[in-house]
Amino acid sequence: MMRNSLSKFGQAIKLPGLSFGLAFTLTGFIIAFSDSKVLSKIGSPLEFIKSAGATAGNAYLALFQGSIFDINLTKSHNFFQGFYPLSETIVIATPLILTGLSVALAFKSGLFNIGAQGQFIFGAIGASYVGFHFHLPLVIHVIAAALAGMALASIWGGAVGLLKAKTGAHEVILTIMMNYIAGYFILWTLKTSQFLRPGRIDPIAPEVNQSARLPLLAGANLRIHAGIFIALAAALFVWWLLTKTTIGYKFRAVGANGQAAKTAGISVPFVLTATMAICGALAGLGGAVQVLGSEHALNADIAGSFGFDAITVALLGRAQPLGTVFAALLFGALHAGGRTMQSNTGVPLDIVLVTQALIVLFIAAPTFVRFIFRLKKLNSSAGLTSKGWNG
Amino acid sequence: MSEIRSSVEKRRLRGVVVITLLSSLSFLYFGFISPGKNKTTFGFVLNNEWVLIKEWIIASATGVKIFSGISLVASVLAILAYRKRRQIVFPVGVATFGILMSFITWAASGKFIPLTGLLQGALLLAVPLIFGSMSGLICERSGVINIAIEGQLLASAFVSGVVASLTHKTIWGLIAAPIAGAAISFLLATFAIKFSVDQVILGFVLNVLVIGLTDFLYKKLLVPYQSTWNTAPTFGKIELPVLSKIPVLGPIFFSQSIVVYIMFAIVASITFALFKTKWGLRTRAIGEHPTAADTVGIDVNKLRFKNVIIAGLIAGVGGAYYTVGSVGAFGKEMTAGAGFIALAALIFGKWSPIGAVFAALLFGFADNLQSTLTIIGVSIPSEFMLMVPYIATIIAVTGLVGRVRAPAADGVPYLRGGAH
Amino acid sequence: MSLELRGITKTFGSFIANDEINLRVETGQIHAILGENGAGKSTLMNIVYGLLKADSGELLVDEKIINISEPSDALSAGIGMVHQHFMLIPVFTVAENIVLGHEKTGKFGALDIETARSAIREVSKDFGFEVDPDAIVETLPVGIQQKVEIIRALIYEAKVLILDEPTAVLTPQETDELLKTMRELKAKGTSIIFITHKLREVREVADQITIIRRGKVVGAVSPQTSEGELASLMVGRTVDLAPEKIKHKVGEPILVAKDLTVRDALGNAVVKKVNFHVNEGEVLAVAGVQGNGQSELARALINLEDHVEGSILLGGNELRGKSIYASLHAGIAFIPESRELDGLVGSFSIAENLILDLHDQAPYTKGITLSAGVVLAEAEKKVKEFDIRSQSVSDAVSTLSGGNKQKVVIARELSRPVKVLVASQPTRGLDVGSIEFVHERILAERDAGRGVILFSTELDEVMALADRIAVMYRGEILDIVDSKVTREELGLLMAGVASKKASA
Repeated sequence: MMRNSLSKFGQAIKLPGLSFGLAFTLTGFIIAFSDSKVLSKIGSPLEFIKSAGATAGNAYLALFQGSIFDINLTKSHNFFQGFYPLSETIVIATPLILTGLSVALAFKSGLFNIGAQGQFIFGAIGASYVGFHFHLPLVIHVIAAALAGMALASIWGGAVGLLKAKTGAHEVILTIMMNYIAGYFILWTLKTSQFLRPGRIDPIAPEVNQSARLPLLAGANLRIHAGIFIALAAALFVWWLLTKTTIGYKFRAVGANGQAAKTAGISVPFVLTATMAICGALAGLGGAVQVLGSEHALNADIAGSFGFDAITVALLGRAQPLGTVFAALLFGALHAGGRTMQSNTGVPLDIVLVTQALIVLFIAAPTFVRFIFRLKKLNSSAGLTSKGWNG
Repeated sequence: MSEIRSSVEKRRLRGVVVITLLSSLSFLYFGFISPGKNKTTFGFVLNNEWVLIKEWIIASATGVKIFSGISLVASVLAILAYRKRRQIVFPVGVATFGILMSFITWAASGKFIPLTGLLQGALLLAVPLIFGSMSGLICERSGVINIAIEGQLLASAFVSGVVASLTHKTIWGLIAAPIAGAAISFLLATFAIKFSVDQVILGFVLNVLVIGLTDFLYKKLLVPYQSTWNTAPTFGKIELPVLSKIPVLGPIFFSQSIVVYIMFAIVASITFALFKTKWGLRTRAIGEHPTAADTVGIDVNKLRFKNVIIAGLIAGVGGAYYTVGSVGAFGKEMTAGAGFIALAALIFGKWSPIGAVFAALLFGFADNLQSTLTIIGVSIPSEFMLMVPYIATIIAVTGLVGRVRAPAADGVPYLRGGAH
Repeated sequence: MSLELRGITKTFGSFIANDEINLRVETGQIHAILGENGAGKSTLMNIVYGLLKADSGELLVDEKIINISEPSDALSAGIGMVHQHFMLIPVFTVAENIVLGHEKTGKFGALDIETARSAIREVSKDFGFEVDPDAIVETLPVGIQQKVEIIRALIYEAKVLILDEPTAVLTPQETDELLKTMRELKAKGTSIIFITHKLREVREVADQITIIRRGKVVGAVSPQTSEGELASLMVGRTVDLAPEKIKHKVGEPILVAKDLTVRDALGNAVVKKVNFHVNEGEVLAVAGVQGNGQSELARALINLEDHVEGSILLGGNELRGKSIYASLHAGIAFIPESRELDGLVGSFSIAENLILDLHDQAPYTKGITLSAGVVLAEAEKKVKEFDIRSQSVSDAVSTLSGGNKQKVVIARELSRPVKVLVASQPTRGLDVGSIEFVHERILAERDAGRGVILFSTELDEVMALADRIAVMYRGEILDIVDSKVTREELGLLMAGVASKKASA
């Protein structure tokens, strides 16, 4: 029994494990071979390999230090401060969980939501405006601001579902285009008199009022805030919605075979619109949390690449809520650690994008990983299937 | 007339209604409600071409009435054509032109608009879009979705910049760029065709990979060692004798760098090859019905692979335009989403080469008009002008103007003997 | 040219599609391969044509072993094929389709279409076909599309022509024409492999008959063999495809369609102002050759079509324009034409599929949550009642056989209060055992006093089950006749020849 379940677990973990290994190995090669010190030793093979190994090793050590625990910080400050990197990881992962859930939920309804970026932006705009414009009591203010962001983003997202349902336009194209529109929209918004911070001419909005901020969880020195609980609750909500409710059942039925669902009387336009509205709300909540939890003021770059990383997060998490949470934490760690790696070892942060892309590429191409490692075909479920523009 | 109009008819009707409304709106708003108070000057001379008219000065309000009048007449013709069930593309095109010109005449009241320069700039901004959309066209006509155009452009811009810097020769940059584009294509083709990975996801991931890699190498090599790694020379303008002297058209089309001439050649060749040659017939066949192509002895996946590589080569030349074709030095993420606008142009152009070229030119024009208006000091929020390509694409895919149909097998991996 | 297959074996996973198949086609012979749906005929032909690779066995052309691993190998060996699902590019012209794969080029690599055009005209003249080389294929009727495929094989000098279920899409008259063409080809020395499950056609045209059952050759007989014998060889037991129909009382009209018109996305009317009704306790069969508007009419009855005019009255209440949900819950049970595409969600479990229509109603739901226990318990009951063979109700429905999938669809559709059952090609692709089950179920509904509208292209099925028969041709109901009508009369109607007699 025990051995059986262990080997089952081993099988389940084998492909992702190999994909990770392959991605980190390739990244290591890139880090080593782009280093001038390493390249200068190309004359003597032994020295060269040693130096390459050391360079990549140092980079990865810094990556760990910057994402989980830094012993140096415990010496200079206190033991608690040593977890500063972990706090950073979680701060970055928080909006990523929410945008990742947005993409993952869409996958379940058979939709590819590339639009989390735009939805995030509208969430941030809504939360920011309610956050700095109104004066409301504690708690209520945070909730009102978050709801405002979610509502805006939900309309922005829901429009995609509605357009797809009514005109058959492909959501990938719609969301790509709408991301750009949202990107320009926030630039314009920040120039308007409503959003321009008094005394400033650069695109930054006023800070949200204290009453609209999410509380810090571990004192003023660590940035970790209550947003992570919101994100985890959202993951739980998505899981519950998909597996326990009739709406989730409809979503999954349309996602797996829209034609059969339609024939059985399920309203596909409703499902498409509702899915995208909820997805928009989730990504918008991500934007709201980013404003209310860590940035406190809307700026042109508020969305960073949270909406785009969300796609890799959801893909890595196999579109499952729990998987998405873990994937977001991993990518949060990569980003947080990447900063330390950049400052400590001079390896540019951008390399984590490469690692991220490679991991997802290998996860999405199980046949490729099997081919590389000469594995036999397992009876595991196929990846997310390709449907093309017309499907 | 039947009770229920078909969806195509509905879309045609919607197109006619929208253009008529816009024409009337432009006539009323720009002409009467908020007319320009001054004269608008259009400049026609850019270089040393022969001069036909140097300038055309007209009172803004009068100009608007003329151009809006043209678009109103064209709208009426479109309505007539629709009722006679004829093509409405031409009158709608003329009406669009009229509305655009009304807008420019109105916005530039009291200012000088270098019309030839505006158009030349539009073409230049469209160059990478056209290369990119041709890459997408060849992939998607073969049945492989190409979202990785951005990655192809960026990778080849990077490689051509670096190679030209290291060799001090523009030509080596131009030769290296298509190879870089093809390398991205090789990944796309391998994973999409051999390993049947979802093509949208794949293209997306490849873009992230290229952005990460070029950002990384840019910081690691191009910034610290700029003098050796990032000082690419650029191609000069080649003025074609006589042709470049033609007023207006000369400076726009015949006084350009080699990359632009290559673009003309590629667009012409693709248009011919796709519809008139064996390769084109087979390419369209595998994009529409791969099983049928297979049964007549066409190796579907081999041709798809080949075509995706060709697409990479073409996008690669477009990438070279960013560096050796224009500014020389490579900049971080310098393609700035052009690959996605190219995709938009492809869709807006209904997967036809000529359509895609016109769409790309339109997008380039909107972009350049925006910056021209900013430069001459017209206060229109540039953000909204910049949204034009994206809004236009949404309008296109939601069927407001005409029907858009992708190749039937676009994005579907071909596996033989799926049924038994 | 002669073609011989020796010991052809092909497996898909653990399923043996072809098991040691031997057969020999002589020069200028029409060799019929007869077998049930799923017997392995198409797999065998795809192997001969190079679309699939056999696990073992060999092919001989004129006594020499040849290796066919690609369709191009088959073509150059002189083997041509007319596929069941036509292998034509819908957006290409006839000439472009013929040229594809055999392109000749001129200056600058420009395509030569003209040669193909004149070749098409020539072959058309020889066989009396009317095919315009410049017509776009998707605009042509299926009968003409099939001729395009035959022309293609002839132009490229096929010496062995495989026809895979060629009559499935044809009217009886078109079928006769095809049989005539086959005889002409035979006279010119072409060998023909004729794949079918229709006994009458086989006996009429074949020189030699090979019968395949469950992937094995079970008999090689002459065309003089009786239909009964052929059928029992094909199925493996004696079969009586005409189920017993007890006399019964027909009730009041329950569903009435008035001036019903259905249009496609391009605005063309595919169903034109049809009028019919079905009574309680009656089977109204809608017969006709595939593609004459039956599918759209069936779909329109539950509002699955977007552009419908006219009126659909169920027990006096107007359904047209209402939602699909409303139609289903007003009392229409619907068995769609394709169970995989329209009937079932493949990755869902049997239990989940059984509530696709009722998931948001009691007892399956409480508030907005699903009651998992009830769903499973109800599924267990249905699986027993409908004899759905599976390991567990939690198994994905895609793992079931075709017959069991259809039982899941029927079980679900009959779990609502039903007034009218609309069944669209309910036995397509099923084995004989499952067909019998479906037929019994349909008659049981009729006997229980419900109205049944059966859409079927199978004449045998129509004649066996129907009380009245409506015949559709090019979107119109030409006539509604009594079930005592003869085959020939039905055939004429299906070909568009309206008769005034036998009206009911």
